[in-house]
Amino acid sequence: MILKTQFSALLKSISTIIGRKTERIRLLENLRIGEPALVMEGIVKRFSGVIANDYIDFEVRKGEIHALLGENGAGKSTLMNILYGLYRADEGKILLGGEEVNINSPKDALELGIGMVHQHFMLVNKFTVKENLALGSMSPKGLLIENAKITKRVEELTKKYGLKLDLDCEIWQLSVGEQQRVEITKALYQGADLLVLDEPTSVLTPQEVKELFMSLRRMVAEGLTIIFITHKLNEIMAISNRVTVLRKGKHIATLDTSRTSRKELAKLVLGEEFTLGLEKPSSSKSNNEILLVKNLWALDDLGIDALKSISFSLKKGEILGVVGVSGNGQKELAEVITGLRRAKNGEILLKGNNITGKTPEEISKKGVGYIPEDRMTTGLLMDFTVAENEILKAPLLDKLFLNRREISKYAEDAILEFDIRTPSKDTPTKHLSGGNLQKLILSRELRLKPQVLIAAQPTRGLDVRATQYIWNKLLTERLKGVGILLISEDLDEIFCLSDRIMIFFDGYIVGEGTPKSFSIEEIGKMMTGTKRLDCGKNGKFVAEKSS
Amino acid sequence: MVLDIIVGLFQAAVRIATPYLLASLGETIDQNSGVLNLGVEGIMLLGAFAGFAGASFTGNIFLGLFFGIFFGGLAGLLMAFLSVTLRTDQTITGVVIVILLEGLVAYLLRIIFGTSVLPSLHWLETIEIPILSQVPIIGPILFKQNPLTYFAIILAFVLWFILFKTNFGLKIRAVGENPKAADTFGVDVFKIRYLCVIFGGAIGGLAGCALSLTYVKFFAEWMIGGRGWIAVSLVILGRWNPLKVLAASLLFGGADALQMRLQSYLGLQFPYQMFLVIPYILAIVTLVIVSRRRGGPSSLAIPYSRED
Amino acid sequence: MASLLLRKAVEQIRSLWKTNVVRSYLTAIFGALVIGAILLGFAGVNPVTAYPMIWTGAFGSVRAVTETLVKTIPLLIISSGLTIAFKCNLWNIGAEGQLYLGAIFATWIGISVFTGGLLYVPIMIIAGFLAGGLWAAVSGILKAKLKANEVLVTMMLNSVAFLLMDYVLLGPLQDPEAQGFPISPFIVNSAYLPKLWSTTRLHAGIILAISAPILMYLVLLRTNIGYKIRAVGVNPKAARYGGIDVAKSMMIAMFLSGGFAGVAGAIEVCGVHHRLLKGISPGYGYTGIIVALLGKMHPIGIALASFLFAALEIGTDAMARSLNLPIFFSAVLQGVIVLFFIASEFILKKTKGK
Repeated sequence: MILKTQFSALLKSISTIIGRKTERIRLLENLRIGEPALVMEGIVKRFSGVIANDYIDFEVRKGEIHALLGENGAGKSTLMNILYGLYRADEGKILLGGEEVNINSPKDALELGIGMVHQHFMLVNKFTVKENLALGSMSPKGLLIENAKITKRVEELTKKYGLKLDLDCEIWQLSVGEQQRVEITKALYQGADLLVLDEPTSVLTPQEVKELFMSLRRMVAEGLTIIFITHKLNEIMAISNRVTVLRKGKHIATLDTSRTSRKELAKLVLGEEFTLGLEKPSSSKSNNEILLVKNLWALDDLGIDALKSISFSLKKGEILGVVGVSGNGQKELAEVITGLRRAKNGEILLKGNNITGKTPEEISKKGVGYIPEDRMTTGLLMDFTVAENEILKAPLLDKLFLNRREISKYAEDAILEFDIRTPSKDTPTKHLSGGNLQKLILSRELRLKPQVLIAAQPTRGLDVRATQYIWNKLLTERLKGVGILLISEDLDEIFCLSDRIMIFFDGYIVGEGTPKSFSIEEIGKMMTGTKRLDCGKNGKFVAEKSS
Repeated sequence: MVLDIIVGLFQAAVRIATPYLLASLGETIDQNSGVLNLGVEGIMLLGAFAGFAGASFTGNIFLGLFFGIFFGGLAGLLMAFLSVTLRTDQTITGVVIVILLEGLVAYLLRIIFGTSVLPSLHWLETIEIPILSQVPIIGPILFKQNPLTYFAIILAFVLWFILFKTNFGLKIRAVGENPKAADTFGVDVFKIRYLCVIFGGAIGGLAGCALSLTYVKFFAEWMIGGRGWIAVSLVILGRWNPLKVLAASLLFGGADALQMRLQSYLGLQFPYQMFLVIPYILAIVTLVIVSRRRGGPSSLAIPYSRED
Repeated sequence: MASLLLRKAVEQIRSLWKTNVVRSYLTAIFGALVIGAILLGFAGVNPVTAYPMIWTGAFGSVRAVTETLVKTIPLLIISSGLTIAFKCNLWNIGAEGQLYLGAIFATWIGISVFTGGLLYVPIMIIAGFLAGGLWAAVSGILKAKLKANEVLVTMMLNSVAFLLMDYVLLGPLQDPEAQGFPISPFIVNSAYLPKLWSTTRLHAGIILAISAPILMYLVLLRTNIGYKIRAVGVNPKAARYGGIDVAKSMMIAMFLSGGFAGVAGAIEVCGVHHRLLKGISPGYGYTGIIVALLGKMHPIGIALASFLFAALEIGTDAMARSLNLPIFFSAVLQGVIVLFFIASEFILKKTKGK
């Protein structure tokens, strides 16, 4: 009986999908709304001693938007990677539409109608949108790239779900929101019935989030099933039908969204009561300027203006928040101030001294600390030990011969003061968790007693406890009179911590003032619409050399 | 008279470029799939030897070519196994393979031929293409070459077409750019890399034959003379595009031809080493020029594993 | 004191045995020997009688052992230098050429009458260091400032160095009595490195050889330059962020690496051949790479690996000679061993990971 359904579904899919010659098993097609579409039973996955998935049971019904909630490291991404064939479960089984399936590779998942939109886009940057879609079109018998067919199909999808795309743009030329649309289209193009979205909103503006949610609702109305991985409670409440909570690799609960609350979900995720928020003591800032930036211009890695006419001042004991979607110049601003990037024009004055164009070493010694946004690729030497990372900028390195004892003491002091959880100071840094890595970076910077601290996305990817720790540390420095430039995409963070904010868009400062003087909508509007280049062969792709 | 010299020079350039061209075309496909195969020098030697030995024992030059391709492909398989499945460091693996193959060939040379004089064979003769070869200037340059040269030039166009106009080529380039993304597209990263490296090896073996069976017409263990290394840099110079690689190879063929002619005209006045050094200096200069501009498959020389 | 050291050594060996490292190395050697046996069979030789000849060839007599040691000296020096470059993620394939440069300049000084007496040897060694170092620094500068791939540049420079040696031996440094043969005159007597054992070739260079890995270790782990070099090797982006001058560190690493190789060249002239000739290095520069990697870039590891590799070469050469096999057989065997080791690395990774 099931075989018959499969075959008829097969014939149907061949006739409806243009140009597709592979066999597809549309197990979900004949289910009714509300029936179990996906069941994952007893899933276990271990990684070198850590249990990422601990006998997890997970059930998703057809036609629903099901949120998968949990802190970092709870096991959500692992579970979904197993579903998509990127990992293999050590134990457990997967049932799709009631049938047990074996998913050994993404190809298998695609054939079963499972599509995934990853947190970090899986697109080939140098290829155009069309080429990326062609890659996923799964017609291996076809020799030539089928331009016409792709265009036609994409038009259909646009009409159905409202996802607009420019086919001839190369991926690197698109904004993050647009890239995400390509990812989603790619999954739909391959005929997904079950769509998994991994933290899709972490890179979107409030407007783009709204548009995404509209598209999702339309998809579900057409019979698609959606799994939505996130750790943002308000989004879950806004868009999902049901929510499953994972914690430390275990399945904690599955609830109807309409019958729960943010507070309850927070409790389930963390396992205890936890209030998010903090006391911000009134600032001790004086009106002393500590950092003055005048008419700063700089180019990005592609040779295009990333900073345009940037001028602002940072006062002692003040937290100045830089708001904006990634890619509007914030990264370049941090790099120019810390000496990692040359300015095209303009001046940077630290307490009256011109530091423009000086080397990172000089600037660091003059009292500018930097917490970079990629802590693992820029901020740390992952193969080095904790101690070796701790001394990276320390004056200890100025002497030719390194004194073992001094280094030990320096490192041990830091570990103690900042409560860095590590087996020892000689443990390679790559074994530490995200929160402890960030504490390591923080300790290294703060022990040099900077007067200006640039913190870029300081709590990205950290759990609530680590986030609180970092926030408290930043506020402590603020009280000490350190001027902090806080660059973050997390609006909550900006609003909680900043005394003043600047809004970046397209390399300009488009808004400035105290947090209270703006509404969220206003800020969202100002943040919107990252730069978009003229697509086509004019742009030149310049890749980051890896050696 | 001067025209004759120039035409002769260009004709020699095309002929001499053939081994460079074949080797670098093979390497182009390799690198487009993300694998850096530095073993080309050794593979060319192996192919040259296999071709030569094969042809002398079977008396058939085409069988000789077959041996060259076959053993080149085997070497490619070895490289693929080490760098794709075992994910070893590709730079080091390539160099080790060169050393290994050079030693192996020297050993086999002694064993098979001993110290006797090497046999002479019926070489691959030049084939003149009727009518076209009568065209003044271009005729003798392009249409009076041996079959391998014709094959190489056609191959350049074919490979360009495959890489940029077909789905298969798209898959190759995707694997070289972002293997993880390609994997999520359902592309078999390992299979594609294996195919490309084996192909590169096979063509590399053929390139060796282009030396021993046509152009140089004998075999000696030092006969590759660095051409394999240069072939690798030709790929970069040609921006991983078979047509541009064709241009770069012709350029180098020209340089080699020029160097030889200069030696015969000026040889008495300058130490001969000065001329021999030209290709190497050129290679370095090329590398420098080319490394300044960024580009190339983003995943070149980075092994892929799913659980990274 | 001695018993404490002994106990520690035994503990170390025991724990090493438990790890997969030793086991995989042994498997690699076993696999290589099997392939080698097949190749021997192909040449019509019985491996069972042939293999013991390798042992006797390397260790069977005082002469054999000293020959092995003589060969170890340049290997150890070069691999120590290479480790410095490798730790900076700079793949210096040019040790061979750097060795030549060192040998050329050392010879030049050694056959001229610049100074007298005891100063000859130190000056020649310093000259070797500088020559090799500067030759490597060319690649270093090209890499640091122009991002040129050091593997290809150093390789090309090897060929250039070889041609330079060719030119020099048929020209300015040629022995006038050599009748056209590419070889230099003998260096001055006072420039000879004294022999440690008069009936053998073992010379005082072994002292330098033993200090090489120690020096390398001290530089890399106890100086700030070494720290910076290693940091750049681990993550140049983070190193730069940390205020380290990446270009300068790269150049220093290459310079030191080439300098060591140049010293090896000078020592081969002063201690072994006492003149410059084409065969001054049977591929030490390349073998050094293998030794550095097999020794896991650790001073004790490379010391052992140098010694064992030298033994392997001497032993297989001896075996080949007595069986009338071409000497290149040992090159093949070495290559096979290396490949097996590389393969065993993978197995190691797999078992450690799970």
